[in-house]
Amino acid sequence: MRDLLLCPPDHYGIEYEINPWMSRARGADTPMVQAQWRGLYEKLCSLKANVSLVTPQPKLPDMVFTANAGLTVGRRFIPSNFRHQERSGEAPFFAKFMEERGYEIVWLPENLYFEGEGDALFGADALFCGYKFRTDINSHRAVADLLGCLVISVELVDPRFYHIDTCFCPLPDGGAFWFPGAFDEYGQRAIRDRIPDIIDVPEEEATFFCCNAVVLERDIVLPQGPDKLIAKLRDRGYTCHPLPMTEFLKAGGACKCLTMFMPQRESCKV
Amino acid sequence: MFSETVELRGHIIDSLILPKVLDTILTSGGSFKIGEVKIGQNRADQSYARVEVSAPSGEALDDLLLRLRQHGAEALEKKEAQLAPAPADGVFPPEFYVTTNQQTFVRLGKDEVEVRPAIMDSGIAIDGNTARAVRFYDVRKGDQIVVGHNGVRVVPLQRSTSRTDIFHFINTSVSAERPKIAVIRELGAELVRIRNEGGNILVVGGPAIVHTGAAEQLEQLITRGFVQRLFAGNGLAVYDIESVFFGTSLGMDLERSALSDRGHENHMRAINTIREAGGITQAVEKKVLTRGIMHACVQHGVDIVLSGSIRDDGPIPGVTTDAVEAQKIMRDKLQDVSIVLMMGSMLHSIAVSNMLSAAVKIVVVDIDPAAVSKITSQQSFQSIGLVTDVEPFLRELVAGITAAETKQEASDSSTAVGMTETAGVKQMSDGAAAK
Repeated sequence: MRDLLLCPPDHYGIEYEINPWMSRARGADTPMVQAQWRGLYEKLCSLKANVSLVTPQPKLPDMVFTANAGLTVGRRFIPSNFRHQERSGEAPFFAKFMEERGYEIVWLPENLYFEGEGDALFGADALFCGYKFRTDINSHRAVADLLGCLVISVELVDPRFYHIDTCFCPLPDGGAFWFPGAFDEYGQRAIRDRIPDIIDVPEEEATFFCCNAVVLERDIVLPQGPDKLIAKLRDRGYTCHPLPMTEFLKAGGACKCLTMFMPQRESCKV
Repeated sequence: MFSETVELRGHIIDSLILPKVLDTILTSGGSFKIGEVKIGQNRADQSYARVEVSAPSGEALDDLLLRLRQHGAEALEKKEAQLAPAPADGVFPPEFYVTTNQQTFVRLGKDEVEVRPAIMDSGIAIDGNTARAVRFYDVRKGDQIVVGHNGVRVVPLQRSTSRTDIFHFINTSVSAERPKIAVIRELGAELVRIRNEGGNILVVGGPAIVHTGAAEQLEQLITRGFVQRLFAGNGLAVYDIESVFFGTSLGMDLERSALSDRGHENHMRAINTIREAGGITQAVEKKVLTRGIMHACVQHGVDIVLSGSIRDDGPIPGVTTDAVEAQKIMRDKLQDVSIVLMMGSMLHSIAVSNMLSAAVKIVVVDIDPAAVSKITSQQSFQSIGLVTDVEPFLRELVAGITAAETKQEASDSSTAVGMTETAGVKQMSDGAAAK
């Protein structure tokens, strides 16, 4: 059973614009926000995940996106150093929460931007880390030093897919699904080198944020819409659980952004 | 070119960050030299690369570095050169930087300035935005001199990778036991190329040229335009003139290879004749001196630098006896030299190689292997040493030059064919580049 961290959307709203999806003119519908988040929470609980909740804080609307709290490996938690001032207030709350649960908190140097699981996903034999929009490549080196694992640094080139978890989703069978157009050609090659058996997602499905999925063994929780991908995943033996996520897409997030694994991996050993 | 060194760390091989950075440099119109690459041994080990990045302008370099920084390439901290005033005339400050014969740059504020000339065993004096290599005798009290190693960058000369470059495939030294004709012929072709391109050829010669009967060959090189400078001691000039006047070299009859009667007087009488004429040039003008190496030099406008030594007879007029003054003259005449032929004169050759930039090619010919290795070891990437007598060397060299000139004349007359081939080659490389 996996341990997950979620944050209720009590203070969620579009209060600033820090990615191309956000528009203060297009606010979130509060009852729908609550319904969609509860749908995700209940779905994850029904898939026998052990879900913990961090207390939401006023004036931190994006705290709901717990994937960006940090990266947890074993009993160690590396909190994020947010690039945007608007989100940097979240870090102490997440760190305190994890510390109270007995995790060792390991901060990166302040000058290295790093946005946690949003830009760091274990897949195949490596930790795949995105850089440029939110995370600095130099933080990857620090994470590799801390964890002693192979880090594949890939450049994100499409501002709509500003975190690696918005365009790349590793699978437990060593495969993955992704939107290749979100990466530069070197990143595409580096990923294909390690994951030859990868499912390409067409752009029209990628923009539903279908790669922003929570994978729990053979179950995949993802936003509604990507029928072609769902069919391919079913062929590979996965059960897909599509959920409405429209209110969170307005902020550039979906299922995976709303979820952090505690831990993502027990250790870095392959 | 403007350049800066950057470092990359991390899983830069598996992530293809190193190739991306190198490609970015090239596609931005820059160039790079990899200083060091350390590849991790185990899967989780990180790798390291140090890369010197160059761009055609300071602005282009800044733009390029900014782009590379987002891929994790961090510029090494730039340190400025430290300066200290010279405490007295002819005295460097303590810890003064001692130059090599390699191209050297000094960081002054934001700029890197090349030190000129690139000569070894000097200090570096900074005057405004210029950096000069200065010898002891150039130093004046209060001159700003570079101290320590901060802010000084040396660019070692790369060995030529061209298989057609004789200085690459000779591998520095040819011993007495190995055949030399092929090498000397190649060298003849090289001299023809340098002369055609307007380069300057310097001969540093010892009296062995005359003693071994090679004066006539050297005279031919001069008259055919293959010598622009001649550095020698008193001896070469004296024995050359003695041989013209008396047919002897230090009393030895060059035809019969035997001592001539009262031959030991001949060189003294030769010196006296030149002194009486007022100098070598005057002796040529007055038609007192009508043949030989010195005569050819005067007739063909070759710059002659004769520097004296403590054992000299005479000296013959025109010899500079002040050693420091002679050094200054030689340095001045070395500025635009492309190649140096050093023949049978160990001390003058060492003196000259001490004053040369590593970029200048040298050919050392001496019967003594120790003399050859002593000089070639200083210019190891651009030197050829031949352990042989001077006379057969010069004879072969003249033949090599003649052969190269004949070949060139033949190819000049078939220019049309050459052009067709060139066009074909160009088309092939464009095609390859477009893939």
